[in-house]
Amino acid sequence: MLADFTRAERVGALLILGGLVVVGLAMAIGGRGDILGVHGWLVAGLSLAFFFGAIRQFDLPEPSAARLSEYYDAPTRAGIILTLIWGVIGMAAGFWVAALLAWPDLTFDVAWLSFGRLRPIHTSGVIFGFGGNALIATSLHVLQRTTRARLPDALSPWFVLLGYNLFCIVAASGYLIGVTQSKEYAEPEWYADIWLVVVWVTYFAIYMRTLARRKEPHIYVANWYYMAFILVVAILHIVNNLAVPVSLGSAKSFSLFAGVQDAMTQWWYGHNAVAFFLTAGFLGMMYYYLPKRANRPIFSYRMSIISFWGITFMYMWAGSHHLHYTALPHWVQTLGMAFSVVLLVPSWASAGNALLTLNGAWHKVRDDAVLRFMALAAIFYGITTFEGSFMAIRAVNSLSHYTDWTIGHVHAGALGWVAMITFGSLYSIIPGMFKKERLYSQKLVEVHFWLALSGTVIYVFAMWNSGVIQGLMWRTYDESGTLTYSFLDSLEAMHPYYIVRAFGGLLFVLGAATALYNTIMTIRMPAEVEPDRGQDLPAEPALQAGE
Amino acid sequence: MPFDHDTVVGFSKSFGLIYLVVLSVICLAWTYWPSNKKGFDEAAKMPVLEEDDRPWR
Repeated sequence: MLADFTRAERVGALLILGGLVVVGLAMAIGGRGDILGVHGWLVAGLSLAFFFGAIRQFDLPEPSAARLSEYYDAPTRAGIILTLIWGVIGMAAGFWVAALLAWPDLTFDVAWLSFGRLRPIHTSGVIFGFGGNALIATSLHVLQRTTRARLPDALSPWFVLLGYNLFCIVAASGYLIGVTQSKEYAEPEWYADIWLVVVWVTYFAIYMRTLARRKEPHIYVANWYYMAFILVVAILHIVNNLAVPVSLGSAKSFSLFAGVQDAMTQWWYGHNAVAFFLTAGFLGMMYYYLPKRANRPIFSYRMSIISFWGITFMYMWAGSHHLHYTALPHWVQTLGMAFSVVLLVPSWASAGNALLTLNGAWHKVRDDAVLRFMALAAIFYGITTFEGSFMAIRAVNSLSHYTDWTIGHVHAGALGWVAMITFGSLYSIIPGMFKKERLYSQKLVEVHFWLALSGTVIYVFAMWNSGVIQGLMWRTYDESGTLTYSFLDSLEAMHPYYIVRAFGGLLFVLGAATALYNTIMTIRMPAEVEPDRGQDLPAEPALQAGE
Repeated sequence: MPFDHDTVVGFSKSFGLIYLVVLSVICLAWTYWPSNKKGFDEAAKMPVLEEDDRPWR
């Protein structure tokens, strides 16, 4: 890693790591009576390990000027591997908590094995660990290709990638030892939140600096989506996590918001995390890798622009549909519902745009499992956004809310859309990124595809059934006007579906493990032999160092 | 002007409405402006151009 750094960047890296060691020690000492201290030691230990690693490589020769005529892909390569590792961890945690719902005794009376602590490891592991690393890795790849410019420096992309993963590790380990601010998808406490802001601002700065150096005048639409993802996630993260720590030596903080304002802020955050983390960013992925793989330009570039402004304007207002029938003012609920319904237009414009791009190339979809991942992602994106608009309608929500239908909906999106477009995109760049002719095994990609598809379908159907039955049982009255079923009755009715759901999840995580294995084996394949490459290039300007 | 419920509702129903309608009109007009078509068609080809995978100098 340090071999790619200039001398100034190496000094910068040491200063950052040294600073982090100091911060970690301060946390460890200030929080010695608190669980904050555990995270202090974690931060100090990891930073110290990297600090010594950096010192060992400090005197390596500086990188040659020739590197400037190549894209800088090392962070993308590392990001791909981290994505797949977090994917297996997060999805395996998901399988485990699914099993806990079917067989609650599996906690073995150990506090940190309880559902409440493992479930955020699953959600953060797949959303931030798997999804976030995939977005960072692919965005840096797409950004360079579509601007025809190299990243501005080597230090900042590594800072973003490793700093982001430090956040993920602090978050996941915190859940196990009981650190949480109890906001769904925003569980990490104040110190982790502040760190993520630093990382995120650097990430946005990389984007702006590379765009400022671009050689291609038009900014390709995929970059718009990636930038919306980075910018809006920063806004959401900062506002929703405004909190006052009990003291600088305590992990515990209290939110600036209370009551229904807290709920509204949380679901404005929560729904837009879905919109901008799990949708806009991955649409950026789709708008680049799907046309690239199909070797056809996007069906309608204009429609992609309309979709972009449509989702950026409208998603912002949709969050209140999470709070139907609550103390939130009725008109705010209705506002959220109306915008959720209208959102179907830009959502289906994107899904349709992807499928119309493939129209006429279906033989490629049939023959190429990688493209099939992307095509299926577009189909699931269409299904999920339709379902989401439908479920946001107040009357439908009265049946679906608090039931497993919501879980089914989320997983149709997360497994069918987010994970499928990610796997498709990663498979399409892995050979090129690791300088191999092809993937280790095309058969394993097929195996993965069918595991992923069958896992998703089994999961989603189990939760649809379970959710609708649950909703109906909760609202069935007998002749005397009392509820026919107790909550426990509904819980027992769920049991078979919970087993089926865990099985669907198991298939999906097996697929993810297949992808990780296939990637490792691809990296270990002998290097590509290209005798003639290098002659088919424009002559380099004859510029020597010191000239 | 007090910052109460009615004020917020009034603001949303007036400014909010105008904001969204005007932005939508600007966005649609820009996207479908005939002279912008050529640039968009060029941009759409960007991912599929077969070129060396390296930055332009």
